Amino acid sequence: MRLYAVVAAGGFRRYATYRTATAAGVFTNTVFGFILAYTYIALWDARPQLGGYDMSQALAYVWIGQGLLAACAMMGGGFEDELMERIRTGDIAVDLYRPVDLQLWWLAGDLGRAAFQLLGRGVVPMLAGALAFDIALPGSAWIWPAFLLSVLLGIVVSFAVRFLVALSAFWLLDGAGATQMAWLLGLFFSGMLLPLPLFPGLLGEVARVLPWSSLLQIPADVFLGKYTGWELMEAYAFQGAWAVALLLAGRLLQSVATRRVVVQGG
Amino acid sequence: MDGFAQEATGAGGDGFGTLEDGFITLDGLEKVFQVRRRAGLLRRERHEVRAVDGISFQVARGEMVGYIGPNGAGKSTTIKMLTGILTPSGGSLRVAGIDPSRERTRLAHRIGVVFGQRTTLWWDLPLRDSYRLMHRMYRIPDGRYRENLDRCVELLDLGELLEVPVRQLSLGQRMRGDIAAALLHDPEVLYLDEPTIGLDVISKAKVRQFLKELNVERGTTVLLTTHDLTDIEQLCRRVMVIDHGRLMYDGSLAGLHEVGESERMLVVDLERELPPIELKSDGSGPGLRAVKVEGPRQWLAFPASASAAPLVARIAAQYPLMDLSVREPDIEAVIARMYRAAP
Repeated sequence: MRLYAVVAAGGFRRYATYRTATAAGVFTNTVFGFILAYTYIALWDARPQLGGYDMSQALAYVWIGQGLLAACAMMGGGFEDELMERIRTGDIAVDLYRPVDLQLWWLAGDLGRAAFQLLGRGVVPMLAGALAFDIALPGSAWIWPAFLLSVLLGIVVSFAVRFLVALSAFWLLDGAGATQMAWLLGLFFSGMLLPLPLFPGLLGEVARVLPWSSLLQIPADVFLGKYTGWELMEAYAFQGAWAVALLLAGRLLQSVATRRVVVQGG
Repeated sequence: MDGFAQEATGAGGDGFGTLEDGFITLDGLEKVFQVRRRAGLLRRERHEVRAVDGISFQVARGEMVGYIGPNGAGKSTTIKMLTGILTPSGGSLRVAGIDPSRERTRLAHRIGVVFGQRTTLWWDLPLRDSYRLMHRMYRIPDGRYRENLDRCVELLDLGELLEVPVRQLSLGQRMRGDIAAALLHDPEVLYLDEPTIGLDVISKAKVRQFLKELNVERGTTVLLTTHDLTDIEQLCRRVMVIDHGRLMYDGSLAGLHEVGESERMLVVDLERELPPIELKSDGSGPGLRAVKVEGPRQWLAFPASASAAPLVARIAAQYPLMDLSVREPDIEAVIARMYRAAP
């Protein structure tokens, strides 16, 4: 366990070394947040109570999205590029002979990364949004830890999806196509562009049960107090179930990939 | 099959049980890759590549062995099987009594690996962070870790590099960093795959000196693949040559030169253009013949096992010698001659 703590701390520090990149990211998130916020204002002026959100909730949704964008890696940008590169170049061989579990290793590193990006790239855009706009904030203090737990589960789901994508490099060698596909799906189905309740009919229902809703839609709804009591447990259970299912799928794919490497050579 | 493997690992569990039979034992080891090649628009042809084709050898505890051969000979494939990241297609294999591919994780605690062209270090973080990681990964007791780190830092001259991010290190510094990382958990066996590749002369010397001391003081068994015969000359009493997945030679380096009839090259610059130099072998030493003449410069070949000094003395006595250098034979040339010498 201490090993994975060191790996997570390393993941945190690796991202912390790139201060300029972090500053640039914060700037982008903030600008992007302003653009989206004005778009939402126009939208909610025309259609108040759209999707069951009032204006201040819709604006809060925008800034939560910007705050979580990097941490939940909704547009990629986590460990997966590095892992795919290691698979492509064969450096993965080095990882395989070490006495560590590949998936846990990368999960720990990614949690460290997410922790840094939640602080480094999440807090400032949230503050900027709260100062510039009238956004809905949690009515009671317990919502904050409830929100953070939901974010944590979202990060694990995000990791599990990206782990699967990265392992595809064992077969595809060039994982760029898979990455872009995952990026597009993540951007849309996490609710990054528009909250999922706004999608009509079947599309909306499908979007809500896909794993990506764990990344933003559910944490944002927890923040906005949409879940109370038992509903909150159900929301966690939904996120947790996807996390477990996708992590198991990742394990399965990992053992197939490892066997392939072990038998077929790098 | 299972029962047999259990029994074998049980007997050699501590590594001492198999001392007589060799610490590393390969018996008819094979690795066959299935390669699919496009043979038409949709049709694909399967064919086999025998990367390792029946290799048997034993290495005793504390030995330092060179494992050489041309590119694609099967060296790295062998090393990968010895670490357990490749499963053999045939034959058997034991390292410290352990079957590597079955118990990769257990073996990992007892071996160290350095791939010259790959790194185990954390690219963006200071060297020290990677070592902290090794500390936890191999569950090294704190005292032991500190002791080993201090020792590596001292001998590999890493003191000023510990706080430097790995991406800022030079190749030689990174290689020293990687070697230290592979040794913190006191491995009994160290595999080095091209540890001096791309290093400058001073870095090479540092790495060799360190490996020599490691072998003497700790009795670490070392298996070294390299393209640099000087590595072997300075480190290994025993050398194995592999080509096309087969063991071509197993013995001393001097013996290899004899078998391969390898020659060293004396390059001399004379004062003026002269006919090719020819020295007959006589009581005072071996002969030598010119293989190439370019103006006042001549390339003179002589047996690799012979000493250059008496030859130089004879040339200097008979010819107007300005300058000279001695070139060592490279592995490819030695192996090529070995083929020609083979009946």
